[in-house]
Amino acid sequence: MAEVAIENVEKTFVNEDNENSFTVFKDIDLNVEAGEFVSLLGPSGCGKSTLLNIVAGLEQATAGKVSAGGEPITEPGPDRGVVFQEAALMPWLSVLDNVRFGLKKQKLSAEEEMERAEYFLKLVHLSKFMQSFPHELSGGMKQRVAIARALALDPDVLLMDEPFGALDEQTRTMLHQEVQYIWEETRKTILFVTHNIRESILLSDRIVLMGTRPGRIVETFDVDLERPRKPSDPAFIELEEAINKKLAVEIDKVMREEIGDDYNSKKSALLYHSHRDMGDNI
Amino acid sequence: MQVEFTTTSLPSFLGTMEQLYVGFFETQILLGATAISFYRIVLGFVIAVVVGTIVGIWLARSKAADETLGSLVIALQSIPSIVWLPIMIMIFQSSGTAPIVTVVAMAGAWVMISNMRVGIKSVEPILIRAAQTMGYKGPELIWKVMIPASIPTFLSATRLAWAFGWRALMAAELLGTGGLGRTLMDARDFFNMDLVIGIMVIIATIGLTMEYFVFRKLEKRIFSRWGLSS
Ligand SMILES: Nc1ncnc2c1ncn2[C@@H]1O[C@H](COP(=O)(O)OP(=O)(O)OP(=O)(O)O)[C@@H](O)[C@H]1O
Ligand SMILES: [Mg+2]
Repeated sequence: MAEVAIENVEKTFVNEDNENSFTVFKDIDLNVEAGEFVSLLGPSGCGKSTLLNIVAGLEQATAGKVSAGGEPITEPGPDRGVVFQEAALMPWLSVLDNVRFGLKKQKLSAEEEMERAEYFLKLVHLSKFMQSFPHELSGGMKQRVAIARALALDPDVLLMDEPFGALDEQTRTMLHQEVQYIWEETRKTILFVTHNIRESILLSDRIVLMGTRPGRIVETFDVDLERPRKPSDPAFIELEEAINKKLAVEIDKVMREEIGDDYNSKKSALLYHSHRDMGDNI
Repeated sequence: MQVEFTTTSLPSFLGTMEQLYVGFFETQILLGATAISFYRIVLGFVIAVVVGTIVGIWLARSKAADETLGSLVIALQSIPSIVWLPIMIMIFQSSGTAPIVTVVAMAGAWVMISNMRVGIKSVEPILIRAAQTMGYKGPELIWKVMIPASIPTFLSATRLAWAFGWRALMAAELLGTGGLGRTLMDARDFFNMDLVIGIMVIIATIGLTMEYFVFRKLEKRIFSRWGLSS
């Protein structure tokens, strides 16, 4: 049995005021094996966050079955750690207390709690900042605290929704290394949402490309490259090109619908083909 | 009242200082009046903060309560609380501490309620969601996330509650009995303008000290800790 099993899942939002409904996606099937690192890639609005939130239990699927570790998902739980795009740290708590905040629900002894929090802060190289407050940290540091907080719960599954989306290139590269290291150390099952093709190839075992209107899974790419991966590797570039081509088609569809007929698809092809920025800012 | 008031029609700086000295250290009339006023404001303020916080959180969390009581609060808020004094005097059969404290509490309660309601409602949803993923739910979410997250709002609201309460207290004491307000009226009746000014100085000093030195300082500390700029 897969660690995370998503079967025939549909999500429809109903607007309570005017009874309009909007189906984000349907017939989504996805299995994530234990210890596997899977990235969700797709144009904005295709429902990546929605799918992740359903697995997190923050949102309910309209139809279909979702389970984690064989148990149907009905609500959020500490077996599934979540890292959001914003670090979502409690501003009134120190870095250490933020990590302990999550542990409070785990019925640990005070020493154990302290030990775990310190261990995971060390893992993300923040031992020196344990007594700092979130407003004293940089964006990258905050995100590392959020990762430590999620990991400290020792979840079976780690769900990450564009965790590095708001960070600069250097910080992001550093955190990629950290996430790889953490994944190798802990072998968590990771479901990782991103806009960045290169990021997904760097990190994951498998890349799930989602499309929009209707939201669906377009294609799944296995990443059979040895770690640590190098973006300059020809096989890396080849895969990047292949995914980019597919993604461009989906983005084109969104643009055409949102902007209308006078939208020039050549222009977007140029925009999204740039090697410097592989679909980074879609 | 067994008070000897000297009559001066035009206030002077020296005269005012003298009245303050005499009132605090010799007759101790001002000391007593200040103590009464302070007791009333503190009592009224504490009631306003406790009741206001509880009702505010309740309104923020319960849609039914918000739709009924919420609009009532807004309606009542538009009535200056001093207007309630005559009714309170009748209810309590006294014109002393009980009705005055009630008026002070009302003055602060409305602003406490409405600010806490907004404060709790505008807690960043991402913080709540993050806590939910760590296993927090129900009342624990309120205690561990929503209330701490709205501490800055709470503090600003208490500052306003104090300020409104202090103003309401002075108005109520001018009409009721005891405290600085009453003493001020007595001084006027005896045409002791130095004392009138002296009491006004006390009122201003207490107001300023509390609002600027106590509440503002606290607010600044908390705001910077919460990563907000005041
Ligand atoms: N609470 C909601 N009510 C109504 N519609 C919603 C709600 N949440 C999301 N949607 C819609 O569902 C669609 C998918 O949203 P979602 O946030 O999952 O997209 P996404 O793929 O994560 O996009 P992005 O890459 O921009 O983060 C969007 O069209 C969005 O407007
Ligand atoms: Mg998203």
